[in-house]
Amino acid sequence: MIALLLSSPGSKANFFVWVVYIFQQYWPLFLEGCKTTFFLALTGTILGCVIGLMIGVLRTIPKPKKGNGSNFFTRAAYKILQFILLTYIEIFRGTPMIVQAMVVYYGMSYVGVDLPAMMAGFLVVSINTGAYMAETVRGGIESISIGQTEAAKALGMTHWQTMVSVVLPQTFRNILPQIGNNLIINIKDTSVLNVIAVTELFFNTKSAAGIYYRYFESFFIASILYFIMTFTCAQILRWIERKIDGSGFYKLVDAPVDPMTDPSGTLATKSSPITRKVSLRGMHAWTK
Amino acid sequence: MDEVKDVILRAEHISKTFGTNKVLHDIDFETKTGEVICIIGASGSGKSTLLRCINYLETPTSGSIMFHGEAVSSHGRGVTRYRSQVGMVFQSFNLFANKTVLQNCMTGTRKVLKKSKEEAEELAMRYLTKVGMAPYIKAKPSQLSGGQQQRVAIARALAMEPEILLFDEPTSALDPQMVGEVLQVMRDLAKEGLTMIIVTHEMAFARDVASRVIFMDKGVIEEEGPPKQIFENPKSPRTKEFLSRFIQG
Repeated sequence: MIALLLSSPGSKANFFVWVVYIFQQYWPLFLEGCKTTFFLALTGTILGCVIGLMIGVLRTIPKPKKGNGSNFFTRAAYKILQFILLTYIEIFRGTPMIVQAMVVYYGMSYVGVDLPAMMAGFLVVSINTGAYMAETVRGGIESISIGQTEAAKALGMTHWQTMVSVVLPQTFRNILPQIGNNLIINIKDTSVLNVIAVTELFFNTKSAAGIYYRYFESFFIASILYFIMTFTCAQILRWIERKIDGSGFYKLVDAPVDPMTDPSGTLATKSSPITRKVSLRGMHAWTK
Repeated sequence: MDEVKDVILRAEHISKTFGTNKVLHDIDFETKTGEVICIIGASGSGKSTLLRCINYLETPTSGSIMFHGEAVSSHGRGVTRYRSQVGMVFQSFNLFANKTVLQNCMTGTRKVLKKSKEEAEELAMRYLTKVGMAPYIKAKPSQLSGGQQQRVAIARALAMEPEILLFDEPTSALDPQMVGEVLQVMRDLAKEGLTMIIVTHEMAFARDVASRVIFMDKGVIEEEGPPKQIFENPKSPRTKEFLSRFIQG
């Protein structure tokens, strides 16, 4: 077979033969690349989301106002914290990931830390995603109506309780499409990590291509593999979205009629009447 | 038993300024156990702001809120504990969109009052039954009509078994039929003796249900008294003017 291929080098008819041949020969290399790419993208996205979530929540802490139980130190701490977070976001959104990879990898060895390329790549993907997600999370939090936050407060819930049980679950649902975007972007963009010799799909494809000097055929295979990964992830994320949304219907429980919707306004009081007891101190208890 | 009525809540010298706009001027009033106070007045007269100041959703620029004779701190644990005893129902319902009707009514009791799941569920069911929403416990707020949502919101507030319930224009976002069903629930609560402070534009409701009516105008309490006095024999010319349309109609 190899003799056949070499006998007619420029022939276009041989394209698919080459594609099949290279894949047959080097599929473990491609597979290994896919695994690394997917692992980096997935863990980077998850960790990035965690970073983004924490920063997004910190960025939406209500500003402590004077005379509202805040002293000089809490106000100063708030300002410093916001400055640090904003700096992080702007720097990592404002520089290319390929440059960040170089700076982190060589910068670490410059200061004497011998960081494996894989770890450096992992770090770069995470903090890069984190910077984007921080802004997405902030937008998501701010999109939840202020009324729900007020209702939670009016029940006596603290800022954190409100966040955890009311705001963040809705934020998460709303930003899920953007999390999907980030995962897909990361699957593709981890390819820039080849500059620090992370053996992801792009790097391994380059290695495979170099052997027979067949770049077009090798990267054609890589593009198919990238697409399979991104397309699969997109479908899985859509499925998760549908799962979270739940059924569009609800079942009525017990009583089939809502007695209150009767336009005559007469309330069928099937419920047990509730009476109040008033003690001398003005406290009361509701009893059945 | 004699009329032994304690002052539950007292607002002292409440003022509120937004920028240069003075919304409330030195408001004083008190609420006794079992009273139903209706606050009426034109839009922009400061009714809602006063109600929001009462549970510190707005921090008053000056003045204080006394609850059972003790000043309530406007921040920290003091205010969360206070709010858990003072329920609030909003104009726009503000149900938690990610939770079912039942979960909406259990969140406060579970998270704030730290009740067990069974206890919280029992409380939620008791008050949902009371407002006629028990069949809908599995529904999400977006699947309900406005009136149904507001009744769930009332049940959510009641599940906390508050000492006072504040209503901020509870029927203003509803169509006439739904207004009826929500007012009916509120009438029943009044009959049972729940202490309520209600900001409302429903004059007939205020006249029939209130034990005391407060008319607010330009950030001050212009006139207050029993509904009979306010509606039939108002002293202030401003009250007369405001009520003229209602009385004629």
